[in-house]
Amino acid sequence: VTTLVMIGTRKGLFLARSEDRRTWEVSEPTLTNEGVSSVAIDTRGATPRLLAGGATWFWGPYLVSSDDLGATWHDPEHAPLAFPEDTGAAIANVWQITPDTAARPGVVWAGTEPSALWRSEDGGASFSLVRGLWDHPHRERWEPGGGGQMVHTILPHPADDQRLTVAMSTGGVYRSKDAGATWEPSNDGIAADYQPEPPPPWGFCIHKAARDAVSPETLVTQHHGGVYRSTDDGASWTPIHDGLPSDFGFPIVTHPRTADTAWVFPLKGDEGRVPPGNRIAVHRTRDGGATWEELSDGLPDRPFYAAVLRDAMTVDDGDPAGVYIGTRDGCVFASPDEGATWVEVARHLPDVFCVRAATIA
Amino acid sequence: VTRAVEVTLRLGAPLRPHAGGHAQLAYTVPDDADVGRLLDALAADHPAAARRIRDETGLLRQHVNVFVDREPVPRRTGTEVVLHDGAEVLVLPAVSGGAR
Repeated sequence: VTTLVMIGTRKGLFLARSEDRRTWEVSEPTLTNEGVSSVAIDTRGATPRLLAGGATWFWGPYLVSSDDLGATWHDPEHAPLAFPEDTGAAIANVWQITPDTAARPGVVWAGTEPSALWRSEDGGASFSLVRGLWDHPHRERWEPGGGGQMVHTILPHPADDQRLTVAMSTGGVYRSKDAGATWEPSNDGIAADYQPEPPPPWGFCIHKAARDAVSPETLVTQHHGGVYRSTDDGASWTPIHDGLPSDFGFPIVTHPRTADTAWVFPLKGDEGRVPPGNRIAVHRTRDGGATWEELSDGLPDRPFYAAVLRDAMTVDDGDPAGVYIGTRDGCVFASPDEGATWVEVARHLPDVFCVRAATIA
Repeated sequence: VTRAVEVTLRLGAPLRPHAGGHAQLAYTVPDDADVGRLLDALAADHPAAARRIRDETGLLRQHVNVFVDREPVPRRTGTEVVLHDGAEVLVLPAVSGGAR
């Protein structure tokens, strides 16, 4: 069994492979003139399709794909994503690529800066704008966070193709129950200490959100401050960050098969955004956030000052699940055992924007 | 009466793979054509090159420089610069890459 990890960095894409998830071979970089903001491994077809998106400094945004595990990349002649002329908008960056479920082959979603959701029905070769979200009356109130103003999280509902959840910074969680035609903000219960109380419905800086694999009505989110859980598909949220050393962080990921299991990477909040105690550590809950445990066995024990960005933590589909983090100082660490122990995959890469991992054979 | 003029479009090295490997392309355009019209012609032949020069609103990308007869054109209005017979339009990446 080979596990493939896509590592998107500020200056190119790296691919790491392992047979045992403990020893890794890291490729030479590809897409080297590109900032790689989003990657995806679509394992639904006969052969895995790799997708990568982002923005180049000079030449604008891009979204490319590879059907030979990165040996060659297909860059369409015509832009795979482009705002319709009447919007007067232009894509600045592609921040998210999300293959839909196996029941909807060919459907791939993308999230961009400025905040927009895009749907592809041809595996990511071409996308159309989801007008319902673009036309939302809140759009003019959505503001950029430090990374820009983008849709960064797309959560299809596995059992109901009419239901779809996205998250954006800023703005927050928005849900559709009619296949994207209309959207409602879904941030009730989330505190926003940078807003007047009560916060406006568009005023949430969701950093990342994830859906539970067993109970699709259960979501978790890492907010700008606070980790929250919803058991009603995002209609309401309750805090679950007691037991974490900080309620601030960027990523949150859920287990591919086991309920109530999630990982976060806490950072000090506005006092530096480095790991609390300057110690690199992943934290995991296995009970829906009632308790958390620190996981750092095998991670560097020297002082550590780098952050993990919102898409730079992921899980694979192995058993036990593998967990991966990429850091802004260019390190990638892998855990083959759900976070219990860690090994270094790479160091001294450009700063890591995103990682995704999957079993490919 | 609109006459035709001959203009040359020269592409910086990073753009050439997206334009069939061409370093320069010759176009015949109406004598009232501007830079935007020339880039429309490029888009018809080599869309992958053209979309790297302008975004989907038609605006020149921030870190792309366009020169007409060696003179840089403004980013916001440069596509409106009218071309004359024999004009040479050059597209290069800007010097701003160090910000990465």
